[in-house]
Amino acid sequence: MGHILVVAELENGRVSDPSRELITKARELGEQVNRPVAVAGFGPAAADALQNLDADDAYVVKDDLLAEYHPELAEAALLNILQNPTDLVLVPNTTMGMDLGASVAARRNWSMVAYCTDLAIDGETVVARSQVYGGKLAAEVEVPLTGAVVTVIPGSWPSDGRRGSPTMHEVSAPSALNMTRRRVIEADAGNDVDITRADILVSVGRGIQDPDNLELAEELAAALGGMVSCSRPVVDAGWLPRSRQVGKSGKTVKPKVYLALGISGAPEHLQGMKDADLIIAVNSDANAPIFDVAHYGATADMLELMPILTEKLQGRAG
Amino acid sequence: MKIAVLMKDVPDLVEDLEVEDGALPLDEMSFVPSEWDDQALEEALLIKEEDGADVTAVAVDTGDVDTMLYTALAKGVDRAVKIVGDFSRSLTNRQRAQLLARYCQNERFDLILTGVQAIDDLDGQIAGLVAGLMGIGHASVVRDVHVAQDRVRFVQEYSGGKMAEFDLACPALLGIQAARKPPRYVTIAKVRQVQKSAEIDEVEDSVGETPVVTVRRLYKPESGGHAEMWGDDVETVANHIVAILEEKKLLRG
Ligand SMILES: Cc1cc2nc3c(=O)[nH]c(=O)nc-3n(C[C@H](O)[C@H](O)[C@H](O)COP(=O)(O)OP(=O)(O)OC[C@H]3O[C@@H](n4cnc5c(N)ncnc54)[C@H](O)[C@@H]3O)c2cc1C
Ligand SMILES: Nc1ncnc2c1ncn2[C@@H]1O[C@H](COP(=O)(O)O)[C@@H](O)[C@H]1O
Repeated sequence: MGHILVVAELENGRVSDPSRELITKARELGEQVNRPVAVAGFGPAAADALQNLDADDAYVVKDDLLAEYHPELAEAALLNILQNPTDLVLVPNTTMGMDLGASVAARRNWSMVAYCTDLAIDGETVVARSQVYGGKLAAEVEVPLTGAVVTVIPGSWPSDGRRGSPTMHEVSAPSALNMTRRRVIEADAGNDVDITRADILVSVGRGIQDPDNLELAEELAAALGGMVSCSRPVVDAGWLPRSRQVGKSGKTVKPKVYLALGISGAPEHLQGMKDADLIIAVNSDANAPIFDVAHYGATADMLELMPILTEKLQGRAG
Repeated sequence: MKIAVLMKDVPDLVEDLEVEDGALPLDEMSFVPSEWDDQALEEALLIKEEDGADVTAVAVDTGDVDTMLYTALAKGVDRAVKIVGDFSRSLTNRQRAQLLARYCQNERFDLILTGVQAIDDLDGQIAGLVAGLMGIGHASVVRDVHVAQDRVRFVQEYSGGKMAEFDLACPALLGIQAARKPPRYVTIAKVRQVQKSAEIDEVEDSVGETPVVTVRRLYKPESGGHAEMWGDDVETVANHIVAILEEKKLLRG
């Protein structure tokens, strides 16, 4: 019987929360189908970080080059680890998961489920729930317990924080042949405002339509004593700096109020703001997934709403 | 440098997704090019302009992909290729990847670009699947791609704004997150004009065995909670927002 293997990521020398969530699930599933749990970790800090996780076995690849994610080395290392009997592989749907999940599944000729938000066992079958169509639909799918890779959206279920003492195995690092990391680029601290410190965020998405309309959002933010943040497409279009981006590849924010204007609520965006104290969403599409996490919502036109709301707030203050 | 851009079209999210009997009525829906494939196409065209490259846009013929391919030609790709066979709209990504990998293997591209993801890739992203099937170097969540001789240099986004710059020997496959510039626009008139003068090459193939993912059902997620809705009248909505902020003592002054 093969392992249920979790491919863990380290953050500042510690196993990341999304990886811990997977270990919890791996144990839960493993108990049901009588499979041991293994965890894989990369880099010089991996041995320390993995040694007290709730797993039966831990595979570490100590290579210094893996102190930061390296696509070619991580894939080769994972393929080495998969020489050990493995039934099911769980990977967080981060850059690493997006990179390695599908390619390893293809190389092993295994099934693959992406964007998973729930996992259960039904007989000898794994039943996964997966978020598709920008979060507008969910799919319930079956994959065989033997031979599947599942990439899981961070925060899909809590970690139970259980500890253990896995048997440690050191796996030799392959050498990088074709790919060289030239430099790591740290997140730009920049001299822009820090949206993670704002109590109130006026966050705009593609619904802003034109960079000229950003002025309306700035005025509203000023009237509220808040800051303007945004979804990724607004940054990719060059309309706001990257420091304003909320989500998976941007900042995680937890303001007192998050006003989501013209943001559909794709999983990658929700990941950065779903824990805000109060979420108010304005979106002309009543089916937008943002309404599933918002406390209050309106199907109004954000471009019409912003000046009216600004005016009311200014009238009140004055 | 010989570059391929793998493209697919996906259901238009602007329209309501009405599930019928646990599945989407794909044949009745309207499709648009996957936005990340559009980014990959733009990056390929920028590379071509910067360094000179021969760019081929490739799509599997699961329906009407001609407009997408003629648009790519109008934007400046050198060639458009359609993999034809007995393929329906319900072709899985795994099957699609098998067809694309086989085609790319035969054509010996130096660099293959495609979108980092698509809204419907339930059974794996095309980028990873094709790279894995071909056994070539790859990376995903990539931008800022530049080529030199037989190598490619790019930036991979880690998370929270952290990134790394890599250098990779060709053949290579990259899953593009965003192009350096927003995708260019071509007029419908230009596309029509191209449609008269250019041709889409056809390559025949058929799908073989692939690992399966069985969809039990597709449904609108029954969410843990749903927002209390205030309707669409902007005056009313503005009043509600002011009232709730006031109640929570979040207003200044
Ligand atoms: C690896 C990866 C990382 C990513 N990281 C992030 C991230 O960090 N942050 C992020 O945001 N995204 C991220 N994305 C992108 C994400 O998948 C979505 O594409 C993005 O969040 C969509 O942004 P949006 O909601 O602004 O645009 P859309 O999805 O296009 O939504 C626009 C919304 O505006 C509404 N609208 C239009 N006009 C109006 C109007 N006048 N009034 C009111 N509503 C209107 C529409 O109904 C629609 O719902 C990432 C993607 C990938 C692949
Ligand atoms: N392998 C490569 N791939 C892409 N661009 C390269 C490569 N090597 C060098 N360059 C480009 O050549 C210039 C000088 O490179 P360097 O001196 O290596 O930093 C820069 O503009 C690089 O972008």
